Order: sequence, then C-alpha cells, then structure tokens
Amino acid sequence: MKTNNILLKFILGAYLVVFFGYLLGPLVVMSITAFNSPSFPKLTPWECLTFEWFDVLAHDERILNGIENSFVIGIGTVILSVIMGLAGALLLTQIWPKLRATYYTIVIAPILIPGVVLGISTLVFWDRMSIMLGMSSGGILHNGIFLTILGQSTFIASYCMLVFIARLQRFDTGLTEAALDLGATQVQAFRKILLPFMKPAIGSAAVLAFLASFENYNTTTFTFGKYPTLTIELAQKVRYGINPSISALAFIIIALTILGALAHEIYRRRQQLALANGAPVAAVSGGFQLPKFFRGNPAAIILVLLALGGASTIWFAQSYSPNACKMDVREQKQLLQQERIKAIREKRQLEQQQKQHQGPDVFSGSKSGSPATQSPGKGAFGNVFAPGNLDKSGPAAKPDEPAKSPGKGAFGDVFSPKNLDQAAPKED
Amino acid sequence: MTKGVDVDLENVWIRFGDFVAVREANVNIKGGEFFSFLGPSGCGKTTILRSVSGFLEPSEGTVRIGGRDMTGIGPNKRPTALIFQNLALFPLMKIWENITFSMEVKGASKAERRKRADELLEMIALPDQGEKLPSELSGGQKQRVAIARALCAEPDVLLLDEPLSALDLKLRQHMRTELREIQQRVGITFIYITHDQGEALTMSDNVAVMRAGVVDQIGSGHTVYNDPATPFVASFVGENNVFRGKVKSIDGDMALISTNRTGELLARIATTAQGTLKVGDPAMLFVRPEALNIAPDITPAPNRFAAMVKHEEFEGQIYNVFLEGSEGKEIKMSLVNIGTERQSAEGMNLTLEYVPEQAVVLPAGELASE
Repeated sequence: MKTNNILLKFILGAYLVVFFGYLLGPLVVMSITAFNSPSFPKLTPWECLTFEWFDVLAHDERILNGIENSFVIGIGTVILSVIMGLAGALLLTQIWPKLRATYYTIVIAPILIPGVVLGISTLVFWDRMSIMLGMSSGGILHNGIFLTILGQSTFIASYCMLVFIARLQRFDTGLTEAALDLGATQVQAFRKILLPFMKPAIGSAAVLAFLASFENYNTTTFTFGKYPTLTIELAQKVRYGINPSISALAFIIIALTILGALAHEIYRRRQQLALANGAPVAAVSGGFQLPKFFRGNPAAIILVLLALGGASTIWFAQSYSPNACKMDVREQKQLLQQERIKAIREKRQLEQQQKQHQGPDVFSGSKSGSPATQSPGKGAFGNVFAPGNLDKSGPAAKPDEPAKSPGKGAFGDVFSPKNLDQAAPKED
Repeated sequence: MTKGVDVDLENVWIRFGDFVAVREANVNIKGGEFFSFLGPSGCGKTTILRSVSGFLEPSEGTVRIGGRDMTGIGPNKRPTALIFQNLALFPLMKIWENITFSMEVKGASKAERRKRADELLEMIALPDQGEKLPSELSGGQKQRVAIARALCAEPDVLLLDEPLSALDLKLRQHMRTELREIQQRVGITFIYITHDQGEALTMSDNVAVMRAGVVDQIGSGHTVYNDPATPFVASFVGENNVFRGKVKSIDGDMALISTNRTGELLARIATTAQGTLKVGDPAMLFVRPEALNIAPDITPAPNRFAAMVKHEEFEGQIYNVFLEGSEGKEIKMSLVNIGTERQSAEGMNLTLEYVPEQAVVLPAGELASE
C-alpha cells in the first residue's frame, strides 16, 4: 500500500517534470541562448555571457519597425474586436430565441475558418471594394494596417464575443429594467449598468485580442502590405538566417508576460482577500510570515524569484563587460585554429613524406631540394647567401655588445642623433 | 411628496402567443391606496404589474395612470417605480448611488444627490450605510434600500413585486408594518404583488384575488376573507373546510345544502351568489377552522356534524385539531387556547358546530390546489 503510494507519487512527479519540461523547455533554452555570445543561437558550447544581442536588437530597424506595426495593428484590432464582440454578444441575448442557435453558429464560424482563408478573402474583398468605389491603388482600402486590422478582427471578434457571452450569462436583466424603471434611457442603462458590469470581461477580451493579434501570422501574411508586423519580420529573418537578437526579443516577451501574470495574480489575490475579510489583511501572528498569497502557492514564489532574477540580471548587465571574455575566447579560438592549421600541415607533410617514400626513384634527385634546404651549410655556394649566415657572421665580427656601443656603426656613428648630445657637452 | 394617482386597467388582455396570461382584467385602483394582487404563482399577477410599469404592452385594452392612457409610453417615462422581486440593486454602485440613481440619470449634481440620499437613508433608518456596497448589507437592509431607491424617483405609483418573499418570517412581519407606514407617510398609490394572503390582508386597503389570469374578486381584505366570490377565493384566502352538495332549499340569504356524505348543513349564501343560486344547483359550503367548535351536546342540527379526531397540533395561542369527517376529507378546527383542559383526544368522536352566518355557500367551482 505504502510503496504503491510512493511509486504513484514518483510517477506523478516524473510526469509533471516531463510535462513542464515539454511546455517550458524550449522557452528556457531560447532565453538562455540570448546570453551566449556565438552569433548563431546556441546553448552549447557556452562561450561568454553577453548582453550584446539586446543591443543588436535595439538597433535592428526592421524588428523595431515590426514591433511598432504590431502594436498599432494590435491596438486597432483590440478596439474593433471588442466593439464587434460586445455588439455580437448583446445581439445574441436580444435575438428571437429560435434564431439564436443559427446566429451563434454564424458568428462563431470565423474561428473555425483557417486564418489563411480569412487573409486571402480580406485581401480580395477589399481589393474589389476599392475598385468598385473607384479608389486608387494607394488608397486606404489597400493600406496594410487597415487590411490587417480588418482581417484579424474577423476572427478575434469571435473570441471576444465568447468572453462576453460568458459574462452576460451572469447578468441580471432585471438590473437594466430597474434602471429603465427609474427613468434612465436605454443608452444610460447601457452605460451605467451593463458596461460597468462587463468591464472585467472587456479587460480580458482586450488582452486576448491584443495577444491574438500580436502573434498572428497566417492572416497577416496576406494583408500586411507595406507594414510588416513583428511575426512577419521574424519569419523573413529566419529565412535568411537568424542571430540571438531574436532570442533576446523572446526573452523580453517572456519576461514581460511573466511580470504581467504576476502583477495580475497579486492584484487578484488582494481583491479576494479584501472580499473575504472585508478589510485588507495584515498578518499579526508572531514572527515572520510570507504574504498570504504566497502561502501554498509555489508558482507565485517562483514568479517572484524570476522577477528578482530578471532585475538583478539587468543590474549586472550594466556593470558587466564581456569583452575580456570574448578576447579570451577569440584567442582560444585562434589558438585552436592555429593548432588545427598546424595539425593540417603536419598531416600534409606526413602525407607528402609518405608519398616520397612510396614514390618512384626517378624523381628523387629533383625532389630532394626541399629537405636539403633545411640543412644550412650543405647547399650550393657553401650557403654564403643563406640568410641565416648573416647573423652568424655579425657576432663573429663584433662579438661584444653589437648594438649598445655607439661609434661602432657605419661611419663611426657620427650621424647618430645620440652623439649630438654627447658631443655638445664635450665641446663646452 | 406626490399625491397618489388612480391606476385603471380597462379590459386588459395579455397574451404570449397562444397562452393567455391575463384575461379581461378590469381593475380600478384609487389614488393613495394600498392595493394588492393576490394569487398563486403563475396566475398572471406579475404580468399585470409589468404592464403597469411599462415593460409589457397589453395585447388588448388600456392601462391608465392618473387618467392618462399609457399605451406606447416606455417604463422610463411612466410615473411608476418598481421594486423587483430580487430587488435588483445595482451591485457595483454604493448604497447612496443606488438610491439616487433616478436623480443621476436626470443629471442632478453630486452634492444634491448626496443630500437626498442622506435624507432617504435617515428615513429608512440606515444612516451612515451610504458608502457600503449592496453585498455588504443584510436582506432586510437591502429591502429598505430598494424602497428608498424607488421612492427617490418620486413616483406617483409604487409597484412592489413580492419584495418580501426572500426574507425570513420575523423580518417579513416587521417589514409589512414598515411598508404600510411608509405608504401612509408618502401617500402614493402602492400596488403590491404577493402569493402570501397574510401579507395581502394585513397591508392592503383592497385586494384583487387572481386565478389563472382571471381576477376573481376585488374587495377589502375583510370582504375577500368573509364573503368570497368564488370557491377559489374561499379556498385560497385563508384556510377553509369544504363540503360539496346540492342546494336543498333557500330562505332569504340562507341556504340548506344537502351534502353528499355529511347530511344537511345550513349556511349563508355568498353576496355574489345571492339571487343566482337556485334550488338543486350543485354547491359548495365553506366553514373556516376558527368558526368550528365542539358542540355542547350531540343533538342533531343543520349546523352540526360528526367527525373523529385524527391528530392535533399545538401552536401556542391556538391548537389545531384535524378530524376525519364522513366526506373522507380532513377537517381542520382551530380552538383558542384558553388554558383549560383540552376537550379532544385522538380517536375521539366529536360533534362539531358552527354559526350558520359564518359559513358560506357558493355555486360549485374550482378550488385552489393544495
């Protein structure tokens, strides 16, 4: 019974490790490559801790431009999708009950249609519209931002609508009636009663819409025109080879996501606590205690640790220079290279020697030149012209301090500038 | 405070598809009156209320408020305020904002609203609760806030849709008196919807009893209780013992009924049936539990019948005796507890009597289901 239990726990633990490894492993690996110095994203071999890829990223015009376009399109999509989604959800509650199922199917359909199809159809439709309206090809209906926002909103609005429907199901229509009964107009009842009630859903729908827009590729790829988004830029980059600045971008996005999630979690827990107790909780029980939302929530603790790690990394990055390390690595690389070259040379020589020994004797006379040069004094003319003999003749002629003794050069070093100083005091 | 105005329903029919929710309702509610619609759930009383408040248009007939035809006038334009069954306080607004919502939509300044909210909070005895949210109040407090919110709109007619049904008994009884007091203080017309005949009788000047979309009787609580117009009213309002039979003879406003199993019984003919009830007609005779008593002797008389005690319930001020009569149905008798020794015991055969004027004869008809 007990061993069985332990085994079960072990299996469960192993499963969790594998599962989270599968989920988070790629993210972790990619984040780490952002700090490694090789110019292709690599985890091994670890060369140098570097932050230069963040620098590269910060100066990459195309990426920055892509981020900017993504933001503009994301915000546009949020506005359009939230409005359309809310309208769609409200209509669902108002529509004649028999039509409800049909209507629901129609408005939910864009989620099921492949994004590629949506992208093409958006492009084709607005191109036709533009022609029908007699607009020039540079008009707004051909504008990449306009088309991308419309194309993405077709299905993102449906996501938003699902969020709104879920919230609306908990809405008491009696509240709207009460507002009307108290003299509010329909608009006032909507603005003062329904909209505040929908606020949390609007928030989540907006976040959802923004993320969906930001990461969208398959619809955008048809509609972006002159305004490539980040995903488009990344895809194009990958085609021509990538460097770790993309990992750096990924790291920033991951860090922002974690921080956002953490902030939201803290906020939510606080609210729950406030709701549960009617007042903010100050733990008064003796000794140090973790804030309540940490207790029994290892995820929150990990998140905080990650955030702290991120902050300290940034601090470290400002005081740390990887140049020394890189020089080392470069030297090491050069050494390695030289060794390699040497090894190759030796290998070649070895091969040549082997060839010599194995080669036909007819050529041995003419081929013997190269080994012969290595032995000075044994060449033609008694090696008089061999450069090695110049040095040897020098010390032979002037055995003691050949460079340090002035007056022993050509012309007795009369013109040596050093002698001017020495000569002057003597004449005085 | 505004003086209450008349509310008239003239030949009002309300249909939902093939279903008739309200059938030919003719009701005149006088200004400043506390008027109740009483009926079991599903009888159409809430539908009537919604047609007065403007959420529904009658399929036929007209609703007049203060003599003015309300056809085509939306709920936000009518001089009515509705207190919802679930109160429908705005959960995201503070109490004072809830109360003064009707001023906010008319564009009143914050200071003005604050002042009015404080006055009304004072009136409903909830001072200093203005900053709270509805979820922080108890049921009775929410109730009072809902009333204050409706009154803040200064309506000519206040409509209440079973507002006390969610409260516990003690609080309900307390709120009854409070509602009545408020109504008398502000002097506007109250139209109250309830399925609880106790509420209707204690608070109302007049009661309309409804059955399946039809208004069976309109009258004061006293009339409805003592002189019901239909068997339904007789059996729905308060408790009643019923005996079925045929009219044997009529003498003025008294009738002798030969019941199926209990012999001949004498009772007064209900006012609405006088002149129409004829000898030989199938009839129903109703005797209230409190009208029954133990006869001093066993001499047969047309206001006496025999029954066997099945069991008793002691309620404090009264004790209820349940007996088995020859009709096979259970008969209930309520005896006032005057401290003396009880005269009944289980299994005992008793002769019961009643004052014939306190029993009512009506033409046979539909009873309220148990």
